[in-house]
Amino acid sequence: MSLFDGKKVIIIGDRDGIPGPAIEECLKATGAEVLFSATECFV
Amino acid sequence: MAYAVVKGAGYILVHTPDMITHNGTTQTTERLVNPDSEYLKKLTNYYRTFEEVVSYPPNQTYIGTIKPEELKNYPMPWFQQKVEGATRNGKQGEIMPQDEFIALLKISDVFDLVKLSAEFTAMVKPKMEAHPLMTDAMVAKLKDGDDMAEIEKFIKEEHAEALYHNEQLIGCVKRAHDIDPNLNAHIIFENLVVKASGALAFQNLLAKNNIDPTTIEYVIECSEEACGDINQRGGGNFAKAIAEMVGAVNATGSDTRGFCAAPTHALIEAAALVQSGVFENVVIVAGGATAKLGMNGKDHVKKEMPVLEDVLGGFAVLVSKNDGVHPVLRTDLVGRHKVGTGSSPQAVITALITEPLDKGGLKITDVNKYSVEMQNPDITKPAGAGDVPEANYKMIAALAVKRGELERTQVASFGDDHGMPGWAPTQGHIPSGVPYLGHAVDAFLNNEIQRAMIVGKGSLFLGRMTNQFDGISIVMEKNDGQTGDKATGVSEAEVKTMIAEAMRNFASHLLQ
Repeated sequence: MSLFDGKKVIIIGDRDGIPGPAIEECLKATGAEVLFSATECFV
Repeated sequence: MAYAVVKGAGYILVHTPDMITHNGTTQTTERLVNPDSEYLKKLTNYYRTFEEVVSYPPNQTYIGTIKPEELKNYPMPWFQQKVEGATRNGKQGEIMPQDEFIALLKISDVFDLVKLSAEFTAMVKPKMEAHPLMTDAMVAKLKDGDDMAEIEKFIKEEHAEALYHNEQLIGCVKRAHDIDPNLNAHIIFENLVVKASGALAFQNLLAKNNIDPTTIEYVIECSEEACGDINQRGGGNFAKAIAEMVGAVNATGSDTRGFCAAPTHALIEAAALVQSGVFENVVIVAGGATAKLGMNGKDHVKKEMPVLEDVLGGFAVLVSKNDGVHPVLRTDLVGRHKVGTGSSPQAVITALITEPLDKGGLKITDVNKYSVEMQNPDITKPAGAGDVPEANYKMIAALAVKRGELERTQVASFGDDHGMPGWAPTQGHIPSGVPYLGHAVDAFLNNEIQRAMIVGKGSLFLGRMTNQFDGISIVMEKNDGQTGDKATGVSEAEVKTMIAEAMRNFASHLLQ
């Protein structure tokens, strides 16, 4: 049972921080459903 | 085979307040979706004067007058600080005001697309005549200017892009075709800005380093725009257009693209072309992006601070055959973010930093200075984007701890010891690794550093062709004085010894 079980998740990653696919990878081990994942460039 | 060297660099900034209002995409988008917004009403109250832009410490760092190490001594926010006695002319470049740059757009235009009013032309011509890098032939291209009624007609009836100075209409850029979307006035304007600012950087490279333009054999342009027509949107080529403008008559060239990573790609390509002996002198050059002017303006205005993204950036760097003096580009110590690398920070830093170091048997701490994305934190922190160089240094330091090359307690000071504060404007490709090259040449020649790493990263996903981003890096090293010529040739004394030995052998056969 994790914090993300049964949750729908929207991911906004940061290229110079943690990119979207890396966050997505971390959530694979949970019961979260990733609805949207993107990486943004803030500079 | 001898490594190529970085011979010198030129850096320019152009203060373009009216282009923030009319060409920066944050503002043009706001005007479309929220034309009566408070932001647009207040915006110009937060613009800086040219004098403020000139004395701004990060800008003086960019044009080479103060060193990155000196910038650290100015307390933040830097927009409240001044470099005393600062002028528009720096050790490695210059800061140009908007009126002169608009004239330079006209000078860059070879298809009679830029129209400037007679009044503006008369006002700016003496300034261009007084500019040390503007030749008589260049100034002559300004002619006498055009009729204002004709300019207004082009804007109203033919979709020309208006040009403003001090909030007054002073000219326009015409479309280059009636139908072709890739030759519309907006794109022609952006492309002429790249050409003009790139050429200005190239001129500064030549002038500040006493380089003869006729010795340049190849030019790689590495900005983020594309020039072409309806049949080939990015056909090219800015490189040759800029080379032509600066009198590099023996050069050809091509454009390299890779979002913000392109300058480091270009640097490695230049090093490879020189090291392999294809060309002796290769220049990498890039102009600036009007789209990014005022990109974080909303946050700056909200925080009642100046709109700091008020300059276009440009740079040019000469990569040459090994002279035994200037710092070398270690093409055997190149890192790259591969398709299969993955996107976790650890994987990215490993690919870009430690993989090339491992090839040379080096530790993370063996590199004196890492030049990552040198985004100015004065701009990014108030906008919530953090301190980009500092974030990169923390990740590099964390990996160094993991590899047992750094004590955990040294992580906080790693950025001070092996990094620098960011000083480059948020012009995409402009901050990416290359702003340090000019300072680095000086630091190597003054024996201040032995090794540096240039790192470029690019947001490829913005082009919607892939979710990947990109990165590439290369190590720079102090020149050991060996030009490599000896390794590939044989000295006269050695030839004599070999002939003598052969004759002795021959004689001994005769005696037998």
